[in-house]
Amino acid sequence: MSHAVVNDKRPSTLRGASLPKWSPWAIAAGSIALAVVIGLAGGLDSRAQWGLIAGLLFLLGTYGIAARVEGRRQAKDRIATALVWVAFLIAIVPLASLIWATVQRGTKVLDVYFLTHSMGVVADSEAGGGIYHAIIGSLEQVGLATLIGAPIGILTAIYLVEYGRGNLARAVTFFVDVMTGIPSIVAGLFILSLMLMFDMQPFGFAGSLALAILMMPVVVRSTEEMLKLVPNELREASLALGIPKWRTILKVVVPTSIGGIITGVMLSVARIAGETAPVLLLVFGNPFINTNPFEGAQASLPLYIYQQYSQSAGSTAAYDRAWAASLTLIAFVMILNMVARGIARWKAPKTGR
Amino acid sequence: MAKRIDVSGLTAYYGSHKAIEDISMTVEPRSVTAFIGPSGCGKSTFLRTLNRMHEVTSGGRVEGKVLLDDEDLYGHGIDPVSVRREVGMVFQRPNPFPTMSIFDNVAAGLRLNGKYKKNELQDVVEKSLKGANLWNEVKDRLNKPGSGLSGGQQQRLCIARAIAVEPNVLLMDEPCSALDPISTLAIEDLIGELKERFTIVIVTHNMQQAARVSDRTAFFNLSAVGQPGRLIEIDDTERIFSNPSVQATEDYISGRFG
Amino acid sequence: MDISTQKTDQAPPPTAPPTTTEQKRAARGATRPGDRIFLGLSRGSGILLLAIMAAIAGFLAYRASLAISKDDANFLTAFEWNTGVIPPKFGIAVLAFGTVVSSVIAMVLAVPIAVAIALFLTHYAPRRLRSPISYVIDLLAAVPSIVYGLWGALILVPQMDGLFGWLDEYLGWTGIFSWDQGAPRSMLTVGILLAIMILPIITNVSREVFRQVPQMHEEAALALGATRWEVVRMSVLPFGRSGVISASMLGLGRALGETMAVATVLSPDFDIHASLLNPGGGTFAQNIASKFNEASEFGRDALIASGLVLFVITLLVNGAARAIIARRKEYSGANA
Repeated sequence: MSHAVVNDKRPSTLRGASLPKWSPWAIAAGSIALAVVIGLAGGLDSRAQWGLIAGLLFLLGTYGIAARVEGRRQAKDRIATALVWVAFLIAIVPLASLIWATVQRGTKVLDVYFLTHSMGVVADSEAGGGIYHAIIGSLEQVGLATLIGAPIGILTAIYLVEYGRGNLARAVTFFVDVMTGIPSIVAGLFILSLMLMFDMQPFGFAGSLALAILMMPVVVRSTEEMLKLVPNELREASLALGIPKWRTILKVVVPTSIGGIITGVMLSVARIAGETAPVLLLVFGNPFINTNPFEGAQASLPLYIYQQYSQSAGSTAAYDRAWAASLTLIAFVMILNMVARGIARWKAPKTGR
Repeated sequence: MAKRIDVSGLTAYYGSHKAIEDISMTVEPRSVTAFIGPSGCGKSTFLRTLNRMHEVTSGGRVEGKVLLDDEDLYGHGIDPVSVRREVGMVFQRPNPFPTMSIFDNVAAGLRLNGKYKKNELQDVVEKSLKGANLWNEVKDRLNKPGSGLSGGQQQRLCIARAIAVEPNVLLMDEPCSALDPISTLAIEDLIGELKERFTIVIVTHNMQQAARVSDRTAFFNLSAVGQPGRLIEIDDTERIFSNPSVQATEDYISGRFG
Repeated sequence: MDISTQKTDQAPPPTAPPTTTEQKRAARGATRPGDRIFLGLSRGSGILLLAIMAAIAGFLAYRASLAISKDDANFLTAFEWNTGVIPPKFGIAVLAFGTVVSSVIAMVLAVPIAVAIALFLTHYAPRRLRSPISYVIDLLAAVPSIVYGLWGALILVPQMDGLFGWLDEYLGWTGIFSWDQGAPRSMLTVGILLAIMILPIITNVSREVFRQVPQMHEEAALALGATRWEVVRMSVLPFGRSGVISASMLGLGRALGETMAVATVLSPDFDIHASLLNPGGGTFAQNIASKFNEASEFGRDALIASGLVLFVITLLVNGAARAIIARRKEYSGANA
């Protein structure tokens, strides 16, 4: 009985009516054309609206046509495909715009002078000045943060993977997860509360401490993953030769995964290099060159961008400098990322064969 | 329900690599046909061309004809999705949907086509599970996840899922290779019952199994590693195992192969 | 000392069991000076991490208590932030509201699109496009938030006028989308910008999860005659659900704590507005960044108090994400 029900519902043939291969393109072209007509007729001046209308028409058109020709299931499949494509295109637009704007506007004032001079006494609304002081500040703060954060992170990961069992390890694992979610401004506030306690004025190293806190959990996670990839046979082979455990870790385990560990550290450096909030609270910003991270306010690249934007009251010269500094910062972060990925590929742990 | 399969001149590729070459055979309805042969001879690839699963792997393509009761599966305008509804498949490793209950697993194929009343669905699920000799073992826990069953039970669940949509043909790709002997026996018994209703094609590494369950047996071989697999011969199982017409078949069956 | 027993557990390799001397040596290893120092260092780092977490909570709570004890208004419900007057009156209601609203907008926009892009990258895009697009998205995840903030303030905000006018015209009657033609530096713009910012992270994590869906689950659906969308619905999405949830929570954590992008785009005030299109409102992080410079020591303590609330909220979000993942584990495909 139920048998018959099944039989009736099934198409009697394998041959379903289907749209030709070029139909999605045709529907897309049609919807774009229609959207342009609607946009012109309706006097919509934002291109973003045209795009949204085109996307909507494309989805409706795809569903309508497919449902009529191919049936409901095929129409659902087609609309899912269309949605996925539209989502992808919608997302690409702002991201492409971001890159384009930064490159196009950033190159206006970005030159050797810009990279090698500080703001000094240049007023916010005047043209001129540069980011040398901010680069120095960023490098020092990020460098110090890495010197603190990376060893602690790596050692913690070694503890978790090589020694860690029991309650302490479980607690550390849990709080590393928790720490990953700490907003950067909260890390800044923590150091700030310490500074308030000891009545200290802003200085570069305070920013480094906050950045180190942000860096540690990231380094722990990535290093842990890498150490776990090292096959146990390697450890056992070394231990069985009578090599002490700490030398096994330093001479066998860590070298095997060093590529991945470095990649993780570099990616976390790239992340903290762009952090603004803690630097804003703790380092304060300074238009002059201050090469001493342990005394006096310093500048930093992300902070420089923020201050050029927020303290300039719409001056074009300041915006140009903000874009140029953004481009520099992005370039720095991207280069770090690419080198990190390169190392990861080059030094990938040889598991299996 | 059961339909005949006629294959003629079938060649399958993975990208530029030719996996099987020029295979022609006929599979009779309501019978069990076993494919045997050494590893890499293309029997699984050939099986997957019979419901167009081959083209799912990247670079997979096919030349030649596969007729299902005179309709070419690779003909113009044929929808591979409909093909797979008519030609069901059971895989080497049991693969119930891990996030679905036992009931939902069996009902999965039916729900694809939408509107079923709850009691209709219940009837079909019960019938399919009975058909797969699994009903008595799971009737009290239909809402538990399918991944909680033993390997053999999972495989029978997959068979129930495949037969719930009443396909014309059931393809089985080494369905017992991941199972223990007792579960294997249960599946073999089940195959004997299912052939009353379906056309069954089974790939197996186990020649005793081929001898036990199949009516006809096809032997595949390849001349060298990297060469495409070919159909050496297909005949009644009894003849293949007692008096094959090709020397290579006899060598393989008697273990003198290679 | 439990370390040494572990060592003997670990030491004998399955293939070549060591002689008893070697076993003894390995066991004795834990008492070597080198081993003691190294274990001390690595365990010390772990303990330091815990100490830092405790210190963060402790110091924030202490400074916050200094401020809250002098607060003349209700810290949780007051609609003002006046720390310079005597007695000081400040409360976080507006900030909590703004933080939640902007993050919810960001999630509503970003999660479906991110999941769609992840599916696009794993199941829909032409094979040749997949790895370059993934690469670009990886890089976008690394763009610093201040750059997003600059872009949002100078490029995105001027683009919003058209959309806001349109929303006001057709949906203005709801109140949520009414617009007084002010600069579009509002919660909706902030939400859109946050969505753009968290999109790459959610996409990346979801993509990794979808990529791990075992081939055999997808083939199971295909063999039943499922279309591509049905394969996604039956095998890919259920398998990836907990991963998508944790990815979203990661994104949510970012959105809740985001400072600079909100500070550059939002034109804040200390009130709750029904309309998402009119400027006003504020978030915890934005408020700290904008008020910090002029704040006295007491004002800073008050800001620390609001930061403590943000800290607790992000902890709760993270905890919830972990609980969801743990509960989902038994139903996931891990054991199949």
